[in-house]
Amino acid sequence: MSGSRARDATREAEVLDRIEAFRRRAPRLREDRVTRAHGAGGKSSAALVETVFLPAFRSGDPPAELADAAVLPAAGHERLAFTTDAYVVRPLRFPGGSLGHLAVNGTINDLAMVGARPLGLSAAFVLEEGLPLDALRDVVADMAEAAARAGVPIVAGDTKVVDAGAADGLFVTTSGVGALPAGRTLAASQVVAGDVVLVSGPIAEHGVAVMVARGDLAIEADVRSDTAPLHGLVEALLAAAPGTRWLRDATRGGVGTVCNELARDADLTVVLDEARLPVRPVVAGACELLGIDPLYVANEGRLVAVVPAGQADDALAALRDHPLGRDAVAVGEIRSEPKGIVVLVTALGGTRIVDMLVGDPLPRIC
Amino acid sequence: MRFVDEFRDPAAARDVLAHIRDLAGDDRFTFMEVCGGHTHTIYRHGIEHLLPSGVELVHGPGCPVCVIPMGRVDDAIAVAEHPGVVLTAFGDMMRVPGSRGSLLDARSRGADVRIVYSPLDALRIAEELPDRQVVFLAVGFETTAPSTAVTLLRARDLGVRNFSVLCNHVTIVPPIKAILDAPDMRLDGFVGPGHVSTVVGQRPYRFVPEVYGKPLVTAGFEPLDILQAVAMLLRQHREGRCAVENQYTRAVPEGGNPAALDAMAQVFELRPHFEWRGLGFIAQSALKLRDELAGHDAEARFAVPGVRVADPKACQCGEVLKGVIRPWECKVFGTACTPETPIGTCMVSSEGACAAYYNFGRLHRDVAVTLGR
Repeated sequence: MSGSRARDATREAEVLDRIEAFRRRAPRLREDRVTRAHGAGGKSSAALVETVFLPAFRSGDPPAELADAAVLPAAGHERLAFTTDAYVVRPLRFPGGSLGHLAVNGTINDLAMVGARPLGLSAAFVLEEGLPLDALRDVVADMAEAAARAGVPIVAGDTKVVDAGAADGLFVTTSGVGALPAGRTLAASQVVAGDVVLVSGPIAEHGVAVMVARGDLAIEADVRSDTAPLHGLVEALLAAAPGTRWLRDATRGGVGTVCNELARDADLTVVLDEARLPVRPVVAGACELLGIDPLYVANEGRLVAVVPAGQADDALAALRDHPLGRDAVAVGEIRSEPKGIVVLVTALGGTRIVDMLVGDPLPRIC
Repeated sequence: MRFVDEFRDPAAARDVLAHIRDLAGDDRFTFMEVCGGHTHTIYRHGIEHLLPSGVELVHGPGCPVCVIPMGRVDDAIAVAEHPGVVLTAFGDMMRVPGSRGSLLDARSRGADVRIVYSPLDALRIAEELPDRQVVFLAVGFETTAPSTAVTLLRARDLGVRNFSVLCNHVTIVPPIKAILDAPDMRLDGFVGPGHVSTVVGQRPYRFVPEVYGKPLVTAGFEPLDILQAVAMLLRQHREGRCAVENQYTRAVPEGGNPAALDAMAQVFELRPHFEWRGLGFIAQSALKLRDELAGHDAEARFAVPGVRVADPKACQCGEVLKGVIRPWECKVFGTACTPETPIGTCMVSSEGACAAYYNFGRLHRDVAVTLGR
């Protein structure tokens, strides 16, 4: 390397370090109004949570990381997990599922990801004046079906009706309570270099199914949502690999976003192997056409798990024994440097960053 | 995926890379990839750090979003804020900052701005909403201009009077010439535009070797396409040749696409001059609607400010687009200017050199080499 090249490399390294320091600053909310990006699960969503909600709601010592569900102390040895989620997906029905299925499975999964066994759900409905009752009946029937499949009852509810135009048909919010067995802790702080990253099946199916069902892609593809309750899969995994460090369902923002949250919270590197990422050809093709990276597309029935290297084979075997984890694979590992970053080793053997998603994924021109 | 996987084959890539190392030897070469699509591929597949350190790829002006000046974004927002207007645009345009924010900001203020995947989708919206004025914000090189032309011809034939186009189409040759004319030019050749060439063919680039003595190899957008184009450029250097060559033969015919060129000729004529982001005004570098189609010309139908807005002082998009500096050499790169708060257009589109480097390439070379295979 010539002298000037070496100088360039040094200058570039300095710039990269400065950017890294800049990225670690607390997020700032620059907008005056809510934009769609605030709901897309990426950097803007994080800024909204960290500048509007957390300062208002967080009391006492801040917990180190924001998990899918909160763990609350309870009488006896058990602890309770508690979570809530609002569902606004359009269309209401798409191949492989519906808003009703998501409303049940999504909240169950948030409980499962902290290791809790779901006990029961509540459901709140915001209905727009004029909504056909049959549409409501369909959603409710799907919720009942999903709850029965999961074996988790819906035990409380509320209904509000708003003026025509004040809501888009209906919005559903479900909350869930689960019991956390004694001694079970899943947290990014437990993750160490050398751990293995697993994904429980093909990714990006839900997001692509919904985009295709919206009909605004002008493409047709046989893709079904992966929506499913994952608490059974989690129990199987934890039985086989009790040392499991961390779990997250890769919903909004996809596998790329949850790995970024992991890298940040654990202050380690997540190295993903592109050649091993499970993406079915039809999904890869749709993403390719649209210029969208499957790593950022939502899943509703896939989890990302970090397990100790010594338990990775057992963990994979347990996942693959379960109907919801048949195609589970190891997709990467944890390294110690560079901290807080997700790196993808490309199929060609190159490397690139997988950053937090910025804004809504927008299709490219050409 | 057929026609994709073949061009991402790791074993074949290793062979071409070995070939590139042989051809390059210890010499230094700087090639410009013209297209934003190339830039995106280079970073997305981590190609930068696979090349020998003597072979550098610098990023060119062929990102259709990156070359749109702020004043044109302001015009689009002004049109979108006319009562009754539905403004349609490609997704990439939504975040491009004008002097009063982006189209996304305009939408959050209440303007009806919708993403479309094709201008024909915009025409369909116009047919479905006859009481609204539907405007398509047309951007792009000769790649996207034919689809705008075909849509306008169809709108004329169907008599869809509530459909118009805000035309920002540009042509690829003038900026390449501007780059070659720049006094700080330091290039040894071009990885030539692929999609544009499917329309215009190979002939328009002959001036590059003939007048400027630089080779140009038109390339596709998969990793192997780009690696092979680099090898072809190096081979021309080694063999003492200088010519226009075509790596992307599966898509680019020598004479281009006559039907597309004919549709463009029916619809567009050259503007006397057009402002390019960072490059300034370039004569005969952009397209406008012919007078016969004035009824579908949004610039004629709506009052637009049409004001030239100077780029922010700190922004060095112009130097980046010309390949004079690398993205990380810009003073605001990665701190004041990031994908979530872009100052310059190169940070907006995923094809912009700055966004591609920031999102994908921000790795120390030694880390990249250690982690890669």
